[in-house]
Amino acid sequence: MNEIEQYLAPRRLDEALQAMANGDATVLCGGTDLAPQTESGARQYTAKLLNIRRIDGLGGIAAETDQVRIGAVTTISEIRCHPALAEIAPVLVEAAEHFASEQIRNAASLGGNLCNASPAGDMIPPLLVLGASVELACWRGGAVQTRLIPLERFFVSPGKTVKLPEELLTAVVFDRPAADFVGKFRKSGPRPALEISTVSLALGARIADGLLSNVRVAMGSVAPTPLRARHVEAALEGKPLDAASIAAAVAATAEDAKPIDDVRASAWYRSHLVRVFLEEVLNDVRGN
Amino acid sequence: MMSVETEIRFKLNGREVALMVPVTMNTLSMLRDKLGMTGTKYACGEGECGACTIRIDGKTVNSCLMYAVDCDGRELVTIEGLRTPEGLHPVQQAFVDHGAVQCGFCMPGMIMQADYLVENNPNLTREEAQRGLEGNLCRCTGYTKVLDAVEAVVEAKKCCGRC
Repeated sequence: MNEIEQYLAPRRLDEALQAMANGDATVLCGGTDLAPQTESGARQYTAKLLNIRRIDGLGGIAAETDQVRIGAVTTISEIRCHPALAEIAPVLVEAAEHFASEQIRNAASLGGNLCNASPAGDMIPPLLVLGASVELACWRGGAVQTRLIPLERFFVSPGKTVKLPEELLTAVVFDRPAADFVGKFRKSGPRPALEISTVSLALGARIADGLLSNVRVAMGSVAPTPLRARHVEAALEGKPLDAASIAAAVAATAEDAKPIDDVRASAWYRSHLVRVFLEEVLNDVRGN
Repeated sequence: MMSVETEIRFKLNGREVALMVPVTMNTLSMLRDKLGMTGTKYACGEGECGACTIRIDGKTVNSCLMYAVDCDGRELVTIEGLRTPEGLHPVQQAFVDHGAVQCGFCMPGMIMQADYLVENNPNLTREEAQRGLEGNLCRCTGYTKVLDAVEAVVEAKKCCGRC
């Protein structure tokens, strides 16, 4: 069993990254995933416990410019209650609205939800349809180095990402959606609150003169990682939103969603839900 | 597992507290086992039930999921801190008046969350109260009277505007 040798709660990013340089730090932010996972033994601590919540500049939402930037330690409640985000990225706010419970939203961070890399992570499908990237920082060559990874390429498998042990996720960025962008989010579970999504789905697209473009569809809990549904997207790109294109898109879900049977639902039911959700969101957009 | 300890200082119900805690200890264990503040309840231990709800810097959180080390430099309020010099807090009184309490085990968390909701939304509707209390489970299933109590607090605040 691993023992923690050191607890750190730095104020500066460079201090945190230096402490992580050996790849032996367990990152703590809201603790809402780390606490139950370490308690159950699903996850082991490493030599250092690094609390990143006090680092200057790692929180906050900047939504005034052409690029929206959400700091890693921003809580889900802060996203849910942000007036500018509600205006420009309602699909993300909608997902925050249905995230766990108020007490968990008040503690859980956006960065944590992404790094936990659950196939059911609720912030992921909306960020995928917004075309978001994650900023990863590390201490290398005596300086802070950062790289930007499209969120779509961030996830490897359940609980695994491309982030190196010495790297810290510092922010999520995405281009301000165009004025004609529409976004929708659906999730399902036996009850509305505190539910690990049985299936989640997000749609993002531009719609002009009745035609869809830049279509992005993302799904959660239908594969080892949240994914972009490329076949569904292709069925909708450049098309009018009519019965024929909706039917084609719904049929294409079988190509993208490869769910499994598990304790929360059968593969058959998940495949069915994906079809229903896609049809619903497309009809929603069509109705408006 | 023995884990390294660290000293933390924070405000607990308005009073400065300083103590050593194991770095992996959760805030609920610190409150109950280190500080003897047993008003905050342990039930599920994994953030599902809300019995351990406290306020940290004004926001409600599940204290079972919060690392005690993260209290350092912050302000904590527990159910013990809600009582006023005059007696019960208006939310506590409303719960009593409306018979919202059955076995009572979920009540400290339920009242902490209800107080948070009422404070943050003077026009809180019954539906909003229901959504806001989604993270608080009552195994006696006594939600109707809880919502009656919360509604009454909202109404009372509207009429005098002070409490």
